[in-house]
Amino acid sequence: MSSSLFNGWEVVIGLEVHVQLATRSKIFSGASTATGDEPNRHASLIDLGMPGTLPVVNKEAIRNAVRFGLAINAEIGRRSVFERKNYFYPDLPKGYQTTQLAEPIVGAGEVVIRLEDGTEKTVRIHHAHLEEDAGKSLHEDFHGQTGIDLNRAGTPLIEIVSEPDMGNAEEAVAFARQLHAIVTSLGICDGDMSQGNMRFDVNISVRRPGEPLGTRTETKNLNSFRFMEKAIKLEVERQIDVLEDGGKIVQETRLYNGDTNTARSMRTKEDANDYRYFPCPDLLPVLVSEEDIEALRAEMPELPDARKARFMDAYQLSDYDADLLAASIATARYFETAADHGGDAKLAANWVMGDLAAKLNAEDLDIAHCPVPAEHLGQLIQRIKDGTISSKIAKQVFEACWAGDGSPDQIIESRGLKQMSDSGELEKIIDQIIADSPAQVEDYRGADEAKRKKKIGFFVGQVMKATQGKANPQQVNQLLQEKLTP
Amino acid sequence: MAIDSRVVARVAHLARLQVDDGESEALSERLNDILGMVDQLQQADVGEVEPLAHPLEVSQPLRDDQVDEPDVRDKVLPLAPASEDGCFLVPRVIE
Repeated sequence: MSSSLFNGWEVVIGLEVHVQLATRSKIFSGASTATGDEPNRHASLIDLGMPGTLPVVNKEAIRNAVRFGLAINAEIGRRSVFERKNYFYPDLPKGYQTTQLAEPIVGAGEVVIRLEDGTEKTVRIHHAHLEEDAGKSLHEDFHGQTGIDLNRAGTPLIEIVSEPDMGNAEEAVAFARQLHAIVTSLGICDGDMSQGNMRFDVNISVRRPGEPLGTRTETKNLNSFRFMEKAIKLEVERQIDVLEDGGKIVQETRLYNGDTNTARSMRTKEDANDYRYFPCPDLLPVLVSEEDIEALRAEMPELPDARKARFMDAYQLSDYDADLLAASIATARYFETAADHGGDAKLAANWVMGDLAAKLNAEDLDIAHCPVPAEHLGQLIQRIKDGTISSKIAKQVFEACWAGDGSPDQIIESRGLKQMSDSGELEKIIDQIIADSPAQVEDYRGADEAKRKKKIGFFVGQVMKATQGKANPQQVNQLLQEKLTP
Repeated sequence: MAIDSRVVARVAHLARLQVDDGESEALSERLNDILGMVDQLQQADVGEVEPLAHPLEVSQPLRDDQVDEPDVRDKVLPLAPASEDGCFLVPRVIE
């Protein structure tokens, strides 16, 4: 099952992934799923678990779950049943979570992941079920007490449960990324991990090859792919250390802290696993008809793998570039718009993965919130292509666009950044520089072919300085060579 | 499965019910009676019967994805024993 050994130990990893569905209203009530508002503004009587209220299932939540099932080639639960998972916690007002168990909406499926060395691997999905999110417990700012905000209570989730098919952190992260790409491409989840739109719990155990599965632990609180990778490595090392010291792994939930790269055991709740599930008497079985399924299948958006193939084909991108650009729907859309407006896919790809990605990273921004519209990057690319500006000036224009100074054309115009296309004017400047630098001219003329290539740099530099970078470097080089050769 | 006072105590704890020792014995007896009846039910041959999640032969009506619930915070928050800054307050639940 595993692809690599750690000091003779085989690592076995399975994931449980909670995906917040991007519906407007909650799964069982008409309260808004909006975030960022004042606490408890979106906690309706149903979400609060008030007596006398009845849940009614949101159609769009069902459709979103079916879309996910279709994307992973899973059997769709034509009939699915909501059950009550009973436990007490202050952010769960009803005293039970409404979820699915025996008859989930999405049955077994599979997700193909691609690893860095180019190999592919299939991760099996055990099932995915619909459920409601809990509220939030706020432990700060309430002087020793806990504040409860129930705005999130009742937000629809699908919980995706994988088989233990991953053998190391890299595979787990590749799987998580692929799931992220799928749900964002489907448009069923916003995919902002920092906001908890997708939450990953990782089950990890180790064993000697051929032995039965070891005792597993569950690591929670992984709100970025980077933390997930680190947390897995940390836990694998810990388990191997414990076992090699003759100890035993205790089945427990561990909470990862990304700031310190440490994890601690959460106190195991007494009788934690006795959830006493039973079918929810308030909700009838949900039926999904063949027509519903076929209608959703017919309008399925392009999935990441298909998009990647299309990028390679239509834009002649490399496997690597296409993979990066197709992975998230927001990046893919941005790239396509920039490429189409700019008329050069390779340049667009380089900009999106290069300067733009660096800038987004530096300011910790998602591409969906990029201050430079894709159309403007396209315009910039067009101006590089048609020779209006050099690549160097383009970086300057890009910075100005980022700062909100306008479109590339406006910036080029207002700052007079147009490349000099008038060769007569350029020749005058070059002649002047040659006349002003007799020693360097002598030096150049006395040098052999190889050294001349270096020595011409002085003149190019002078011309660029004199033209404030607006001369076309190729043209400058060519003119200088002509004029310097006696 | 026979129910004794230990099982009653555990089930009561899971349901956050307070059951004193005097009640415990009487409850075990009644619960054992109920389980006896369930045992009897389990002897019925249901090999040909589909599992039942709900006694009605209807399926769940679905609603459109629309926001139509009013904001009731200002009505419900004062009902709680304690609240602050728009949050319900409860005893500290972490650590």
